[in-house]
Amino acid sequence: MSEFLQHVVNGLSVGTIYALIALGYTMVYGVLRLINFAHGDVYMVGAFAAFYLAHALGVAENPTLGKTVVVFAGSMGICAALGYVIERLAYRPLRERPRLTSLITAIGISFLLEYGFQLPHWNGLPIEFPPGPTPRFFPELFQRVVWFEVGEVAISNYDVISLAVAIGLMLGLQFIVYRTKFGTAMRAVSFDPSIAGLMGIPVDRVISGTFALGSALAAAAALLVAISRPRIDPMMGMMPGLKAFVAAVFGGIGNVPGAMIGGLILGLSEEFVAGYAFSSYRDAIAFAILIIVLLVKPEGLFGRRTAEKV
Amino acid sequence: MSALLEVKDLVVHYGAVQALHGVSVHVEPGEIVALIGCNGAGKTTTLKAVSRMLRATSGAVSLAGEDVTGLSAHQLVGRGMAHAPEGRGIFLNLTVLENLELGAYLRRDKAGIAADLEKAYTLFPRLKERRSQVGGTLSGGEQQMLAVARALMSRPRLLLLDEPSLGLAPQVVETIFAVIKGVNSEGVAVLLVEQNAHKALMIAHRAYVLETGKVATEGAGKDLLASPEIQKAYLGG
Repeated sequence: MSEFLQHVVNGLSVGTIYALIALGYTMVYGVLRLINFAHGDVYMVGAFAAFYLAHALGVAENPTLGKTVVVFAGSMGICAALGYVIERLAYRPLRERPRLTSLITAIGISFLLEYGFQLPHWNGLPIEFPPGPTPRFFPELFQRVVWFEVGEVAISNYDVISLAVAIGLMLGLQFIVYRTKFGTAMRAVSFDPSIAGLMGIPVDRVISGTFALGSALAAAAALLVAISRPRIDPMMGMMPGLKAFVAAVFGGIGNVPGAMIGGLILGLSEEFVAGYAFSSYRDAIAFAILIIVLLVKPEGLFGRRTAEKV
Repeated sequence: MSALLEVKDLVVHYGAVQALHGVSVHVEPGEIVALIGCNGAGKTTTLKAVSRMLRATSGAVSLAGEDVTGLSAHQLVGRGMAHAPEGRGIFLNLTVLENLELGAYLRRDKAGIAADLEKAYTLFPRLKERRSQVGGTLSGGEQQMLAVARALMSRPRLLLLDEPSLGLAPQVVETIFAVIKGVNSEGVAVLLVEQNAHKALMIAHRAYVLETGKVATEGAGKDLLASPEIQKAYLGG
């Protein structure tokens, strides 16, 4: 029983991370019909932005709640700006081109970030940037304390806080998408950008905002991961990025609640299959799910079935 | 006094195919102007190029004397143009109320928006009954009512309407045309594209007949209605 509980706790914590990243994929797909394969690397940049911020603030020597909040908000802000810049410079000029062009550009941006971050440090910068290929250790933002025990399962403040932050962010996003004017505009653009323009909606600005929002969520996810698994390196975004993409497809790409549920189911199933059956297949599960979804229900759990126009 | 809308020598290509060969039309303040013609004559293309749903190859558009040729669609809305597009363009994933609110996207006057919403519900009581349903559940007639009501939510000076009678029951067509006349009598100019030439000419002050991407004839609505050639070609007479 306690083993089961432990798996549930782990599965939820991985699942909420996938969900947060998957939201970025699904929202961008919604407004642009583009799979932004650089999204996993924005997640990586989020971890490094937080790493540099934490060092600048001296978190390792003297962690406080205030600094933690600054690190969180700062790294989300930096990634929001990065998402905005990527869209503006890389995708917008290609808006009228065939979709494949943007897709390949996305892979290019992904490589640029992954390998750019592995270059040796530039001289004359106050920080050691780019960080280079050696993994770094993310400083402890606050101390891990066991809050309560259920049977033999110890639940720490890390587990509770991560889950609370992730759920809070998802509820916040849900509110933005379904209750605000910007969210309504986003849904209108995702239905049909040219008609959205006829309403007076500045379509380009809505697309920029969508990138910024998704990228900020990726940064938050990276931080939640880095707190409990503090090894960060420039390639760290690849696997979570791919798995979150699977979660988004599973939930129905373009569908916001679908991405959340897809992420949770993916995290839990990974944890349970790895825990009870074949632990070495952990990473294969996501892709097995992808293959099954594409074969059986390609529109995903909540996606709309659409005929591709030719 | 310059025209409210002045379109000069509009040329549009779809890929290599030229759809418009220099169309020039104008709409004076308070006028209803109809564009009639066969399928493929370029009526819808003209509207789309005016509201910037698509990019013209060449030509100029000005609104109340201001050159707006290079502006994007959302900027034109801010300058008083509203376009209820071909196929109605309802956001099928949004509720009736959300669709109407998006029509007023650029407005900031909450009280005015609320008043216009009430007005829309008075014009089309059906929309009020269905206000929390998503657009996808509406009938064709209800969608057309929503398209017209939504376009009016931006308080336009110029309303572009594309085939408001297409596929609708005669009663619904009457309702829609009555609303168009009513809106026009309050000072909104209308550029109307219609397949149903008879209906269009009945309410239009002036009309243009498009043939293969060019203006073939123009004149007062009544004159065109009485003209033997027009009757033969477009009015089944």
